[in-house]
Amino acid sequence: MTTGRPDVLEPGAVETARGWVPVCDYAALTPERGACVLVGPHQVALFRTFDGRVRAIGQLDPFSGAYVLSRGIVGSRGDRATVASPMHKQVFDLETGACLDDPRVRVPVYDARVRDGRVEVRVP
Amino acid sequence: MRRNLVVVGHGPAAHRLTELLVERGAGWAITVLGEEPRPAYDRVALTSYLTGTGADELTYPVPEGVELLLGDPVTEIGRAARTVTTRGGRTLPYDALVLATGSSPFVPPVPGAEHAFVYRTLDDLDAIRAASAGARTGVVVGGGLLGLEAADALRSLGLETHIVEVAPWLMPRQVDEGGGAVLRRHVEGLGLTVHTGVPLAAVEPGRVTLADGTAIDAGVVVFSAGVRPRDELARAAGLDVGERGGIVVDAGMRTSDPAIYAIGECALAGGTVYGLVAPCFAMAEVAADRLCGGTAEFAGADLSTRLKLLGVDVAQFGAASGPLDVTFMDPVGGVYKRLFVSDDAQTLLGGILVGDAGPYSALRPFVGRPLAGTPTELLFGGTAALGGDLPDDAQVCSCNNVTAGRVREAIAGEGLTDVPGIKACTRAGATCGSCVPMLKRLLASSGVALGKAMCEHFDHSRAELFDIIRVRGIRTFSELISAHGRGRGCDVCKPAVASILASLGAGHILDGEQAALQDTNDHFLANIQRNGTYSIVPRIPGGEITPEKLIVIGEVARDFGLYTKITGGQRIDLFGARVEQLPVIWKRLVDAGFESGHAYGKALRTVKSCVGSTWCRYGVQDSVGLAIALELRYRGLRAPHKLKSAVSGCARECAEARGKDFGIIATEGGWNLYVGGNGGFQPRHADLLAADLRMDELIRAIDRFLMFYIRTADRLQRTSAWLESLDGGLGYLREVIIDDSLGIGADLDAAMERHVGSYQDEWAATLADPDKLRRFVSFVNAPGTPDPTIAFETERDQIKPVLITEIGARGGLEVTRA
Repeated sequence: MTTGRPDVLEPGAVETARGWVPVCDYAALTPERGACVLVGPHQVALFRTFDGRVRAIGQLDPFSGAYVLSRGIVGSRGDRATVASPMHKQVFDLETGACLDDPRVRVPVYDARVRDGRVEVRVP
Repeated sequence: MRRNLVVVGHGPAAHRLTELLVERGAGWAITVLGEEPRPAYDRVALTSYLTGTGADELTYPVPEGVELLLGDPVTEIGRAARTVTTRGGRTLPYDALVLATGSSPFVPPVPGAEHAFVYRTLDDLDAIRAASAGARTGVVVGGGLLGLEAADALRSLGLETHIVEVAPWLMPRQVDEGGGAVLRRHVEGLGLTVHTGVPLAAVEPGRVTLADGTAIDAGVVVFSAGVRPRDELARAAGLDVGERGGIVVDAGMRTSDPAIYAIGECALAGGTVYGLVAPCFAMAEVAADRLCGGTAEFAGADLSTRLKLLGVDVAQFGAASGPLDVTFMDPVGGVYKRLFVSDDAQTLLGGILVGDAGPYSALRPFVGRPLAGTPTELLFGGTAALGGDLPDDAQVCSCNNVTAGRVREAIAGEGLTDVPGIKACTRAGATCGSCVPMLKRLLASSGVALGKAMCEHFDHSRAELFDIIRVRGIRTFSELISAHGRGRGCDVCKPAVASILASLGAGHILDGEQAALQDTNDHFLANIQRNGTYSIVPRIPGGEITPEKLIVIGEVARDFGLYTKITGGQRIDLFGARVEQLPVIWKRLVDAGFESGHAYGKALRTVKSCVGSTWCRYGVQDSVGLAIALELRYRGLRAPHKLKSAVSGCARECAEARGKDFGIIATEGGWNLYVGGNGGFQPRHADLLAADLRMDELIRAIDRFLMFYIRTADRLQRTSAWLESLDGGLGYLREVIIDDSLGIGADLDAAMERHVGSYQDEWAATLADPDKLRRFVSFVNAPGTPDPTIAFETERDQIKPVLITEIGARGGLEVTRA
């Protein structure tokens, strides 16, 4: 169950229909910056990109092993929206999770959407 | 079996020889016998020894495998037995012998000469320094290159200095009468007294007398009137020597005994004894090649020189006379330029430059070649296109004998794209640096686009962006990228622009859109560590801290379970804080009177200090007081990269100020300011920018230095690399900072005043702003929940991160590896 504050979901809280979990107010996300949410055991990095969309990838930086990707700098490479790891600056495609600096590496991508001013995430 | 090579003498030429032989692995067992008690050192930089450069820094590294026997000069060569005997009684056999005995200073045969010093070795300089301590005036006998060096040294020791030169003008070997006159005005402008056209008559304790009867008070007298080759060993061994001295050698540097070579200042090659370092190195290279079975020849050397003496540029190249000449003289500006050309005015023969040696690097390679413009154009900078036209065999770097062709070859073959690459690959530009502008032109003409674009989003360099933002009053990244860039930015341009905005006083770094530009350290005002936690560094100005504050740091660390470590910058780093702990920890620190130390920013870090004259029995000034004042003045100043500083209270330099971006060393007369130092990956000792400054002069010089760096450096370019890359180097920097040659001094001063006036503690301001505090959570949907993957174990009674990969291995990583 959600707690008293509507924008806060305790880890492991009940999911809404078809797996979408409301995580926070859209307004709580800074434009072109990331934030991390906890969905069950999963740490999900959310990014509000310049086009107003919210994108979600795994918080784990596979290069350093630290859960930090939401703290990286958001930007673009060519026409791809990206985040650069705050640890060693490897750049990830926010759409596909692919590391653009090392084709062998990919981070998980999650579905994210905005409903009535709330951000919802779906973790398989 | 390895053959024995014995080298007599250990100066720069001998050092170069051994370096080359070891590099080529020539199979010689090398023994070097030196007269001085220390290994070879850089004599060109001798004077810097008096202004604080340590003997260790001047000393060349001894190549591995070379046996060095110091303080034991050779007294005899046994040519028949092929042995040398030393004063200490050693006898060493040789298969080949190299004489590199150098030269000795010429001592004029006048009464009382024994009261004078000479200017040749570090020991000589120690003796001069000791004698200067109780003296008021000094006299240098000799107004040539070395004489002016010595005069500069006496001046830097605080002596009222006279120069006595027997020729009618100063530097008679390099410049003509007109150049000498301009040079004299410069030297006199610095407060030195010049006596020319009159020989020395006698030296007495405390006084010298000239031939015209002039008597000069002189606490210290230094002879610096030329050198004589040290050929006495060769002479005694029956080798051929020149009429006026010097060991006769052939083009392969071989003496009249084929087993014996001579190189450097003791050798008479092609009838000439060379006293400059470049030809001596060239001789060492020839001898090394011959010892490896090669056939290299020494074909004489270019005696072109460019140097800065007493702050004056002096250069001479090629011939010192010619059928036609073009002369420019500006007595007011102190500039003299003269070019010599062939009688058809088609070929450049040589030139003399005083006061502005700018055209030197472009003109020197054209000696003996057709002129690429009219002489007037060449004298006044119409040389921009010359680099591209330079023939392959033209020498670009005379210090290391590198031709334009070699540089072009390296650019093409090694794919070099910048000057540091050329330096590393060819040694061109690595010694005096005067050819660096030429190297840049060669790069450009080889089709290397000197990449200045910061990243794919901006075609501009950082310095250009700085000007755009400053001049157009741009306040946000969005405004900048929509008007001058493309895309949405990246981890390269965003923090760089954030830093520029901060340098220009755009307010708190977490205000509005700026917050999104900051990298994680600036974003959380702390330093990210390998497990995703952060470290905290409160400011401890000058490294001075009260017991009460020490206790607060200890209590905070204990209460939050942080790992503590003393930093190299004399402060305390607290490790292991999670993002949601940062505001709570800082609340405690700010309440106790601490403020941000900016360890997370490309900003001023610390001004380290020794304990100074307050406590130290050697200290001459209050280094702690100055360090605190400087740290408080420049705290929070954002720059292209981090800035470190230190203040030492005396020449012992316990604060290691010369390893810093700007370092200050106390002198009896004020403060010496050093700039461009660095530790780290590429250590560099800072250069002396200005000496004996009063406090107000010092602050102004540092203000301007920092602001000029902030405006013009590349992204993440430390002051050391910036200084290396400045066209005109330290001399140019000094002109801009001290002489205000660009007329921007007042502007730089005002920019720094704005910074000082608008400083606010970033952490206190953050704690006071709920909007800024919102970001300090691990999870926006669970603000109270710590990141469960962060774990610690104990080592030496403190926490240590358990690396997450280990947890991941146990708990299953969310990583997909294709």
